[in-house]
Amino acid sequence: MLSRLADSLYWMSRYVERAENVARFIDVNSWLSLDLPTGYHEQWSPLISTTGDDALFAQHYDEPSKRNVTHFLTFDTRNPNSIFSAITAARENARLARQYITLEMWEQINRFYFVIQNGSRFAARGFDPSADFFSEVTTASHLFLGTLYATMSHNEGWHFCRLGRLIERADKTSRILDTKYYLLLPSVAAVGTPYDDIMWAAVLRSTSAFEMYRKRYQQISPDRIVEFLVLDREFPRAIHYCVTSAQESLHTITGSPVGTFANSAEQQMGRVCADLNYIQVREIINRGLHEFLDSVQVRLNLVGDAVHHSFFALQHVPAVPQYQSGRQA
Amino acid sequence: MFNADGKPRPSARLLFERIASVGDDEIRRYQQSAEQLLFRMGITFNVYGDEAGTEKIFPFDIIPRIVAADEWAQIDLGLRQRVHALNLFIDDIYHEQRILKDGVIPTDLVLSAKSFRRACIGLRPPKGTWCHITGTDLIRHGDGKFYVLEDNLRCPSGVSYVLQNREIMKRTFPQIFDHSNVRPVGDYPSHLLETLHDIAPMGIPSPTVALLTPGIYNSAYFEHAFLAKFMGVELVEGRDLVVMNGYVMMRTTKGFERVDVIYRRIDDDFLDPLTFRPDSMLGLPGLMDVYRAGRVALANAPGTGVADDKVIYAYVPKIIKYYLGEDQILPNVPTYVCWDDNERQYVLDNLDKLVVKAANESGGYGMLVGPHSTAEQREKFKYAINADPRNYIAQPTLALSRVPVIVEDHFEGRHVDLRPYVLYGKDIFVLPGGLTRVALRKGSLVVNSSQGGGSKDTWVLSC
Repeated sequence: MLSRLADSLYWMSRYVERAENVARFIDVNSWLSLDLPTGYHEQWSPLISTTGDDALFAQHYDEPSKRNVTHFLTFDTRNPNSIFSAITAARENARLARQYITLEMWEQINRFYFVIQNGSRFAARGFDPSADFFSEVTTASHLFLGTLYATMSHNEGWHFCRLGRLIERADKTSRILDTKYYLLLPSVAAVGTPYDDIMWAAVLRSTSAFEMYRKRYQQISPDRIVEFLVLDREFPRAIHYCVTSAQESLHTITGSPVGTFANSAEQQMGRVCADLNYIQVREIINRGLHEFLDSVQVRLNLVGDAVHHSFFALQHVPAVPQYQSGRQA
Repeated sequence: MFNADGKPRPSARLLFERIASVGDDEIRRYQQSAEQLLFRMGITFNVYGDEAGTEKIFPFDIIPRIVAADEWAQIDLGLRQRVHALNLFIDDIYHEQRILKDGVIPTDLVLSAKSFRRACIGLRPPKGTWCHITGTDLIRHGDGKFYVLEDNLRCPSGVSYVLQNREIMKRTFPQIFDHSNVRPVGDYPSHLLETLHDIAPMGIPSPTVALLTPGIYNSAYFEHAFLAKFMGVELVEGRDLVVMNGYVMMRTTKGFERVDVIYRRIDDDFLDPLTFRPDSMLGLPGLMDVYRAGRVALANAPGTGVADDKVIYAYVPKIIKYYLGEDQILPNVPTYVCWDDNERQYVLDNLDKLVVKAANESGGYGMLVGPHSTAEQREKFKYAINADPRNYIAQPTLALSRVPVIVEDHFEGRHVDLRPYVLYGKDIFVLPGGLTRVALRKGSLVVNSSQGGGSKDTWVLSC
């Protein structure tokens, strides 16, 4: 398929996924703050770190208050990762791919855009976005995903959508876990208190993993939570699930078998998967969760770059066939 | 829809009765749900020069416009004749120029047309057909007859709205179709694809077709995506294409793939910076070389604009006579050519009664509607005409037919025109339908979407 089209589909998906993650994260944080005792310092600045836009935030706002952070992440068009910017970009990409995606998908992304636009209009009049708004965003994202699964052929373009979405999701899960873990672990005072439980539950809710986690492990325990969000093979937001499924799509696109690679995207993806396939949660904790998650994020970025170079950025002049050194043509 | 005495025409009687039986509230509800549907489907239109409101819904009115079967039969014949003759004319102009040598049309007039492309002299498009997709603007005059207002032989747009309008009618107001004998229009994309296959370079059994668009910011992008989608062909921009080893190739996820037929929706000027405008970023450098070598087909061929110049238009009756030996079936609107001294004088003396048009503009730009103009505007046009008489024509202000339109809570008459679409591959195909454009401002005669026009579903009846 056309490179530019594949590029658009990939990013359309990534942006929708991004918006959903940001929405859920804000929502859970607001909800969490209601449970915390008076005087407990509300934590809003870590939210900015999950999209990696701390510098941009500092440029435009003086303090990381709930209101500022929420606005920055939701409606601020100066922030390329705000929900508004993400959905605008998703729609723009959908428009570029309009002849390829189904009418149902296009209608849904349009509806999604109007949800955000209405929310933004309310916000401009001084109303803070409500929990309803954020759940509308999450639902809109799920509906989009539903139309993608149910109306589009599971063809090459579909696999580019899936690839983009899963890379984005793996990245976001790792960032949410990273910031929360970093914040929660030192609070020794909270260990054994009801707040410990509540805050860890919030991590799970931020990744929509609470119910599934309960079914799997019942008891809330930090190690188990890390194991669930990083290594679970069945939970669709677990990093391991995301990368192995993304790998599947990548190999369906190229037709080369898993375990081999035909381009740098597959090679990079293979490395991420190999890392996660056999590692144990103890090892991750001992090595340092933050360091581990950081390396996952770096790897995922490399995968993203490699996808771009392997599929989207075809050069003007066909590459001269390259031979490995030492081999004669 | 109505005769002069206010009674519904025979062809519209069933529709009239049905609407009358439905009740105003319900009609309004249908109208609203149609508008919501358009909004939800994001069928929007970008208005040039309007920064804030980049997207607008193309206004749609749910009362269909009816063309009776016998009227359509005439239109159909007339369009076939016209498109056939104009193609012969274009081919002649870029080769022997017999029609000029025989003195039927002044040579200077043709060679001075802005849309005459020197680079196209000697080109041989497949099967000698230059103009594969035509959208001819018709109007119905006060005398009840249809006239050709102008020919659009370059990149006529609007056909997607014909299909979309029908779709929306079916979804919002289905019962109105019962026993109405409306001819379907939904097969247009199949005919278009067939036409594009017909013109593929020789010997390619299943050619790769692509639709070349200027991109998402073009006002007709919706249509480009729509047609590409329903034909199942690639929608490409200039940056997706590259000329390699004498062929046009597109960049895909699996490497470069050859493109055999390009339905281009960008103007000649921007098609190939090496041949036409060097500053064009939209086209593909080297495209014309591949085209000349017969390794890619273009629809429409470059250079077709010479025949829809508004001055050449005045000569179409002679063109038809010259090439086909026939009289024109669909009449032209009487046209004064300012290039001619006598006619120019008449135009200048009667500016307040005439409609003046620039020869090479479209979309309702560069136009003076005399009866609605101010003295200042007329002064401006007088100056412009004298400065460049070749570039202006004038026509009497026509009593464009009016049809009922829903305005808030009641019906009002509004002026309309009709643009049918004609395809010319192996054979000529006339889509039984067309785009009915409505001047939504009361009394206005300008129906262009860029000037506040809307549209209606157009029903060509089969009996």
